[in-house]
Amino acid sequence: MTHLELATDHGAVVQLQALDACPLAIRGLTVSYGEKPAVFSIDATVEQGSMTAIIGPNGAGKSTMLKAALGVIKPLAGTVTVYGKPLDTQRHRIAYVPQRASIDWDFPTRVIDVVLMGLYRDLGLLGRIGRKERDLAADCLDRVGMHDFADRQIGQLSGGQQQRVFLARALAQQADLYLLDEPFAGVDAATEKAIIDVLKTLKAQGKTVVAVHHDLSTVTEYFDRVFLINVRKVAEGPVENTFTSENLQQAYGGRLATTQIDDLSLTAI
Amino acid sequence: MSGEEFVPLSLTPILIGVFTAVACALPGNFLVLRKQALIGDAISHVVLPGIVVAFLVTGSLAAWPMMIGAALAAVVAVILIEAIRRLGRIETGAAMGVVFTSMFAAGVLLLERSDTSTVHLDVEHALMGNLESLIWLDAYGWGSVLDPIALAGLPPELPRIFVTMLGVIAFTWLFWRPLKISTFDEGFAQGLGIRTGALGMALVIVSAIAAVAAFDAVGSIIVIAMFICPPAAARLMTNRLERQVGWSVVFAVLSAILGYVLAGYGPGWLGGDNAVSAAGMIAAVSGLILALATMFGPCRSRTGAPIEA
Repeated sequence: MTHLELATDHGAVVQLQALDACPLAIRGLTVSYGEKPAVFSIDATVEQGSMTAIIGPNGAGKSTMLKAALGVIKPLAGTVTVYGKPLDTQRHRIAYVPQRASIDWDFPTRVIDVVLMGLYRDLGLLGRIGRKERDLAADCLDRVGMHDFADRQIGQLSGGQQQRVFLARALAQQADLYLLDEPFAGVDAATEKAIIDVLKTLKAQGKTVVAVHHDLSTVTEYFDRVFLINVRKVAEGPVENTFTSENLQQAYGGRLATTQIDDLSLTAI
Repeated sequence: MSGEEFVPLSLTPILIGVFTAVACALPGNFLVLRKQALIGDAISHVVLPGIVVAFLVTGSLAAWPMMIGAALAAVVAVILIEAIRRLGRIETGAAMGVVFTSMFAAGVLLLERSDTSTVHLDVEHALMGNLESLIWLDAYGWGSVLDPIALAGLPPELPRIFVTMLGVIAFTWLFWRPLKISTFDEGFAQGLGIRTGALGMALVIVSAIAAVAAFDAVGSIIVIAMFICPPAAARLMTNRLERQVGWSVVFAVLSAILGYVLAGYGPGWLGGDNAVSAAGMIAAVSGLILALATMFGPCRSRTGAPIEA
């Protein structure tokens, strides 16, 4: 499958090359929670080694798209391939960081136990957690600067610390593709810096990162590709020629004032 | 108290109480953490029509028809709850309320209208259990525990609840990791490929089996205390799930033994002459333990608790 012609929802025909090499390929994805579709006929191609931001207004289906790509939500239609193969055969290559707010942080468990959850696919039902696994978990906590918090109950952490623990758990999955749902939502500046450093290190190691992102002002600084969505796909491509005021206007409609867009350091206006 | 009196009259009820309490407390931990604690209540109510119908069909109170009838009723109820929730877009609590009350009422009506005078099945038994009557008449003392002839006369409820407890323990042990991960973070669990829907359903079915097996001991109303009180009290004792489950088992055993002993001998110590309901006393003791844990448990305030340096 080196040359494949697909009609996008805009009716344009695009040529996709080497689909089987790409970490995440979504075709014709439609998800609905009720009568109205949350995402409609989305095509997305995530490039190997890229850092992609999924951006769009509230309710645009950003998280839904990510969850459907992971099989957390069953789509009405569409296919998801991961490194050219069906999702279910490739789960070991994907790490997922859900939204922090979706969790009951009162749950009786320690930081280190949460990180060890990332090793479930290796351990299986009854595999024993040995020194090797503990060392790996401790190392992952170290990489997000949370080493000293290993024995804390998770409810005692600040929001930023909780987010770092989630990232450490994703690191413990030792995946190739990292999917993050609003990793910077409600975290302090130090945590934001720690997280972006870890993500950039992952990219430098040849891993692929996709994150739902809210803060338009940091898109050009953090990411090299963007995917704009508002139920339908608006645009997808390198930040330089895709993160434009025109596309933003189209994705956000009237909800983003022109002055706000002007304030963003857009590379191509 | 001598073995001659204790073994035939008190040993089997106490053991049945303990096994019941443990079988309910183990899944109770996950139900409480999933904020589904009332599912235990719903199950214990909805099994009643199943048990009555099983009796009407077979004409006996043998273990297996009763278990099967009750389990079928529980499964019907779970499906009804899901159907009402999904098709009617009604929140889970309301859907459960509708289903379990209706089915319980149907069970009570069936029970009143049918002739159950030949067996020990009446409304009081259904509501409060029958722990005191599960005695071991063939026993003559501690020696009977090793005597095959006496053992053959054990009340059939004892092996039944023992096997149920073993099954519950096996389920909890085998699926510990996915249960823990999916209870904590369902989205992440699904991302790992854990089938959280099936696992959640399995947890409810295991709880249903425990509730049905508990029917003899504590009836269909008080059993909810066995699902909720020990795990809820245990949560206040520790911040680790592994230890919470351990504490919940300790509390379950403690309430069963203390409850039975207090019900049987407490009124006598106070100068009264009649024993009170053992199931009621077990539930009261487990409620008391929860109250004490609420007041003195070391992990009462968790979120925002002062962080020791």
